[in-house]
Amino acid sequence: MENNAFYVALSLLLNFDAALFQIVALSLQVSLLAVLIAAVLGFPLGAAVALWRFPGRGGMIVVLNALMGLPPVVAGLMVYLLLSRAGPLGEWGLLFTPGAMVLAQVVLVLPILAALSRQKVEELLGEYREQFVSLGMSRSRMMPTLLWDARFALLTILLAGFGRASAEVGAVMMVGGNIEGVTRVMTTSIVLETGKGNLPLALGLGIVLLTLVMLINAGVYLVGELTRRRVG
Amino acid sequence: MTSFHVPHPASSILSPPPALCFDGVSFNHGEQVLLGPCSFSLEGTGPTLVMGPNGAGKSLLLRLAHGLLLPSQGQITWSNNRCPRQAMVFQQPVLLRRSAVANLVHALAVNNVPRRARTNLARDALERFGLTACSNKPARVLSGGEQQRLALARAWVLSPQVLFLDEPTSALDPAAIKAVEAAVREFHQRGTRIVMTTHDLHQARRLAGDVLFLSGGKVREHTPAEAFFNKPVSREAQAFIAGELVE
Repeated sequence: MENNAFYVALSLLLNFDAALFQIVALSLQVSLLAVLIAAVLGFPLGAAVALWRFPGRGGMIVVLNALMGLPPVVAGLMVYLLLSRAGPLGEWGLLFTPGAMVLAQVVLVLPILAALSRQKVEELLGEYREQFVSLGMSRSRMMPTLLWDARFALLTILLAGFGRASAEVGAVMMVGGNIEGVTRVMTTSIVLETGKGNLPLALGLGIVLLTLVMLINAGVYLVGELTRRRVG
Repeated sequence: MTSFHVPHPASSILSPPPALCFDGVSFNHGEQVLLGPCSFSLEGTGPTLVMGPNGAGKSLLLRLAHGLLLPSQGQITWSNNRCPRQAMVFQQPVLLRRSAVANLVHALAVNNVPRRARTNLARDALERFGLTACSNKPARVLSGGEQQRLALARAWVLSPQVLFLDEPTSALDPAAIKAVEAAVREFHQRGTRIVMTTHDLHQARRLAGDVLFLSGGKVREHTPAEAFFNKPVSREAQAFIAGELVE
């Protein structure tokens, strides 16, 4: 029985294991904060690339699209070099703290949010452009209107970003260090437990992680669907 | 483009509608001349109906006049050299993914109308165009006729001195066409210069003060409506009115 992953997952949850609770809470905090920061930066960036014509725009779109597939370990390495003692931001003392993990996930999620919102906003702009020009709107005035009108698509994009953040392990492992009680999150614990040969616990943690991601997705889907039905 | 100000409905009734002048205007796409060169001026009270077969350049002429496109050659000027407040209603109304009233509030916000005044102005316009019951419904689930009336209401709240309409009724049923034509007359009575394209002769007869007839990218004639329908000068217009298939 103790070797059954579902049993382990269930008993972890039912026993309200304090260590598990801390790991789950940190996972959520890091990923949600990273997605929030990436959204605040990425959505306006995507909209701006959709709206303005400037030299190197095509190259920028290609880079943004390509960075959607940025390997987490590479992102982790970049942030590691940036934050290490000898690095440019070494003085901040962020390495091996949750702050570093947030930064690494922002680097991973930002291209997804920017590239996908650029695509959506550009599509919407094609439909709205003549009306906007007729209304005498400047490009900077078009941006908030377009972002608001793309809100349902942006919500889905946000979920894609959250999926990427909560699922990745390479980057948080490198810059967080998987320190128990400080920077240990769901994915790094799963790697650790698997390495230790504690497969039922690893699988149990995996089930908890999956359930959480499902719940968050279901919640966002529900909110989006209800609003969509109201607004059309 | 145009800079809009806080609408003053009363002021546009008192002043005559601004005159529009095309001076040797043409529009090219690559080597191909799509419109012009054409020269005319719209000075009377209108409404001006721009007529002609498909591909004659009617929509192009409207977009050039409204400033959505820039002419390849020639100049487009307004009386007093001041660009008037203007609005345009498109064949397919472009509505935001929000409620009907929010669409009007957005247009007012864009034009710097003070926040407190927006909702009342929007509700008044919805009432005028018979859309009060729809005010909180999503704009994009309204019927075709309601959507076009909402587009007209959006133009109305901006108190334009000039209103361009590009085939506003081509996708509508008779009842909806009647409502749109009534709205156009209301704009006209308020002193707004109306410039509208249509290929429906009956509609043109009902609305036109003067007719600008285009075919093959050229202005063939610009005459008062009565003269146009009774004694068209150009061969193309004669054929068009006679119901022949003009190219």
